[in-house]
Amino acid sequence: MSMSERVRQLRQQSLEAVPTLSAERAQLMTQFYADTQRQTLSAPVRRAQAFAYLMEHKHICILPGELIVGEKGPAPKASPTYPELCCHSLEDLHILDSREKIPFKVAPDVLAAYEQEIIPFWAGNSMRDRILAEMRPEWLDAYEAGIFTEFMEQRAPGHTVLDDKIYHKGMLDFQREIQTALEQLDYIHDPRAYDRQEELKAMSICAAALIRFAERHAELAEAQAASEADPARRTELLRIAAVCRQVPAQAPRNFWEALQYYWFVHLGVTTELNTWDAFCPGRLDQHLLPFYRQGLAEASLSRDEAEELLQCFWVKFNNQPAPPKVGVTAAESGTYTDFAQINLGGLTPEGGDGYNEVSELLLDVIETMRLLQPSSSIQVSKKNPDRFIKRAARIIRTGFGQPSVFNADLIVQELMRAGKSVLDARCGGSSGCVEVGAFGKEAYILHGYFNLVKILEITLHDGVDPRSGKRIGLPTGDPRGFQRFEDLLDAFEKQLLHFVDIKVRGSNVIERLYARLLPAPFLSLLINDCIATGRDYHEGGARYNTSYLQGVGIGTITDSLSALRRHVFELGTFSMEEMLTLLATNFAGREPARQILLNRTPRYGNDDPAADQIMVEVFDRFFHAVEGRPNTRGGEYHINMLPTTCHVYFGSVTGATPDGRSAGQPVSEGISPVQGADRSGPTAVLRSAARMDHVRTGGTLLNQKFTPALLQDDTGLDALVNLVRTYFRLDGHHIQFNVVDARTLREAKAHPELHRDLIVRVAGYSDYFCDLSEALQDEIIARTEHEAF
Amino acid sequence: MMVTAAPPTGWIFDIRRYSLHDGPGIRTTVFLKGCPLDCWWCHNPESQSPQPEIIVREHLCTQCGECVRACPQEAVSMTPQGPHTDPALCTRCGECVPFCAPGAREQVGQPYTPQALADILARDIPFFDQSGGGVTFSGGEPLLQAEFLSAALAACKRLELRTAVDTSGFAPWQRLESIAPQVDLFLYDLKVQDEGAHRRFTGVSNQLILENLRRLNDRGSRIIVRLPVIPGLNDTPAEAAALGSLCRQLDGIQRVDLLPYHHTAAAKYQRLGREYRLPDTPTPSPDHLNALAQQLRAYGIAVQIGG
Repeated sequence: MSMSERVRQLRQQSLEAVPTLSAERAQLMTQFYADTQRQTLSAPVRRAQAFAYLMEHKHICILPGELIVGEKGPAPKASPTYPELCCHSLEDLHILDSREKIPFKVAPDVLAAYEQEIIPFWAGNSMRDRILAEMRPEWLDAYEAGIFTEFMEQRAPGHTVLDDKIYHKGMLDFQREIQTALEQLDYIHDPRAYDRQEELKAMSICAAALIRFAERHAELAEAQAASEADPARRTELLRIAAVCRQVPAQAPRNFWEALQYYWFVHLGVTTELNTWDAFCPGRLDQHLLPFYRQGLAEASLSRDEAEELLQCFWVKFNNQPAPPKVGVTAAESGTYTDFAQINLGGLTPEGGDGYNEVSELLLDVIETMRLLQPSSSIQVSKKNPDRFIKRAARIIRTGFGQPSVFNADLIVQELMRAGKSVLDARCGGSSGCVEVGAFGKEAYILHGYFNLVKILEITLHDGVDPRSGKRIGLPTGDPRGFQRFEDLLDAFEKQLLHFVDIKVRGSNVIERLYARLLPAPFLSLLINDCIATGRDYHEGGARYNTSYLQGVGIGTITDSLSALRRHVFELGTFSMEEMLTLLATNFAGREPARQILLNRTPRYGNDDPAADQIMVEVFDRFFHAVEGRPNTRGGEYHINMLPTTCHVYFGSVTGATPDGRSAGQPVSEGISPVQGADRSGPTAVLRSAARMDHVRTGGTLLNQKFTPALLQDDTGLDALVNLVRTYFRLDGHHIQFNVVDARTLREAKAHPELHRDLIVRVAGYSDYFCDLSEALQDEIIARTEHEAF
Repeated sequence: MMVTAAPPTGWIFDIRRYSLHDGPGIRTTVFLKGCPLDCWWCHNPESQSPQPEIIVREHLCTQCGECVRACPQEAVSMTPQGPHTDPALCTRCGECVPFCAPGAREQVGQPYTPQALADILARDIPFFDQSGGGVTFSGGEPLLQAEFLSAALAACKRLELRTAVDTSGFAPWQRLESIAPQVDLFLYDLKVQDEGAHRRFTGVSNQLILENLRRLNDRGSRIIVRLPVIPGLNDTPAEAAALGSLCRQLDGIQRVDLLPYHHTAAAKYQRLGREYRLPDTPTPSPDHLNALAQQLRAYGIAVQIGG
């Protein structure tokens, strides 16, 4: 484990680069779209030409010492914007420039470009404007109340991961496939033949555009070489040029070319549109293994060289902050992380042990680099050796929150339940936070977080949001009239179905808007079977098409229902009337009552069936409300259970809850217990969490906070391996460990300047602790610390 | 018609799941209340009395006054610093505990039947199976509640759980003998070899303890000896030599664990209103522990630092 001087400098540059907002992409898009001649083009061809325009004209750079080249913006952390999706207002730019957390600096010339060119052209004409104009009043009411969020109002569907195809085929090969598909179009019998023709033409334009983008880098490298004084660097620059002339035009021939090819593809996908969760190479260890073995066998590559190339590759991810957001999304997702999650281990397509020597190498890289991006995960199958988990645990215990830990065997089961073939399922994995997909073959689109706790609040107010006084739900009856706990559950279920209906109606419109107005031909050519079917990724061209809704707050709603059952319906500690008053007054002057609710209620996360059974009831209702509804792309809606940071936003719009939670406090995150409610140790948490049927989800998120003391010796590491193995035997989907003590966190909060490097696990991803909002910082501090005894 | 006796009730002051240092694997440790020894360094002083006790965690108290109203003896009064319990009047009846909403008042010592305990122990079976772990009975001195311990061990064995008993060895041999067939591993505390010092620092002689250790060894039990290393008290070369030559003779001893003394219990003594007799004793240094371990290893014994 070492870092060369080159890597040390590149890493330092990346850490120190100040995120800025670049107007370059927005200006190029404005120029392109302002040309009226292009308005008669079909939508896919127009998007392809726009992509080619960007690839031809965007500023490119090769930084001193770099081996892997290419930036999304004109420089590291110079973040492009996507005005055709959502156009930042001047006010947005001021907020981004000046806010304390996750700022993007906006230079005066950027502000001027926005004021004079970009805003006048795009304001009112962006996808976001179209979406919000198409949404019905009940959707807008629920959205504003914080019942759900909408992923696609300012970022494009994407959220997909690549398989191994680029390691066998160059863009020229893809163009040949496209040509064959074009030749086979049946204009006589297929009414969609012309649509397919336009989509296929668009894909081919995009393939050529990416080749051109690489050539420009080759030209730049050659120019730099010509004036380079250092002969060693001159040789490197010429090598870079040779790599860029091979890939992506042709298939990669070695380790270096494989990495550079992926990186160009990554830049292509994330430049075409601001896809959710960037893009990701997926099972990188398996994809690189043949190149690694071949390089070592031929003595053309050493382990150290491979490690250095990977380190350079890591820096590239870290140079790309998530696109700067606007409006409520900025509040709900405060992070620079763009969620590219590299998968290690797991199963091979044939079902064998996928842990290999490149997995080991990548774990070394993760440990040495300690960067926010890319995120990493280990995919643990029963076929993988324990040493794989133990090696990862040694990284986890350094407190950097990576890698997260997934159940590879369960993921195969989840994917197959949702209709994938066993081979496609084994090539799948997790992406983003915890969401599963068949890599390279599935468009799995996240539509929005669902605030289960807020829906209970609406239920307790007969359909009215107490925060606004507005009726946004159904009249399901005054809860003071409910005789039995089951009456309350029934009312909750009706409200839930009502809001899922509203959400799905909106989502089905939004899917069509993207298909019609913003196809993604470059992304499409990478995903099976878009070429074969001549259909866009947004149009159902992928082999599998999933729409996910994400349930948030299962811990808080479980404890709230448990408190209502115990104290209102069973013991009568409080009448419903008194309970509603406690909530309406946020427990003002009633601290003892709040303490009873907090401490005398069976709570989720303690292996207490009285509470866990309620969790199962809520989960089942959410599952049935969503599962199997058709989407517009030939696929179905499914659920997963993850929050990113949305539990903080959802908490901020939700009043006091019957579990003793005060108004505005975060709701529970993922499927973790309410912060501080789990008091019986980690095995109890895992037993509670495993009572949920993870197989019927597309991913669940469980966060465990451990202190370093728990993992300091071999006994602790072995126990962690066994915890993971047992949770996975119980069909748990995912677990991640925050290893840090509360004292350190409090110290970091008080003196952020001394703890800028402190990375913690937030929820499905890691982030710099000092970049988190105060609410999120407090919440992480409050999460139970588990000690061994 | 068969008449069955009521199952014995055990008094338990804590049940810890995910316990990693009381035997192999992931374990659940059951702490039985009551101990015949009075060790100066005892880090569970609330475990010594066989009676339940009330403790107050002042940082959780909201000064709501419910405990004052709840106490049938009028032993609790409200002061500007919070509720005060007069130890002369308190009968440890526990009436105040359920009225304490924030959970600041806690009754240390709860009654369990063997079956109720087994139901809790069974919850972590998947973790035991995976890790080779099981259940450890500790204390206090678990042999002080021998009848309950025996019944609880039998309940564990019906569940095919691996069992360990952490004992001071200070009990009539018949008690050890009766439970030994149901115990897979003994964690046997040997505190001081010198008998006079043992009397002084624990309140009892070590003769019975050493005699029981030999007999346990002779009947074929597996044993890990645990030595709390208290600087200046039981860590002299003479003590180590005595321990080393003893352990060398006993082939059932798998290992000696050195448990470094920690100062963490001082606050508990304060909370219980009791004097802490080792206020200035430091934690032994890693170098010192290593030297001690080396000395013991010279006798051919496996030694581990930490439990």
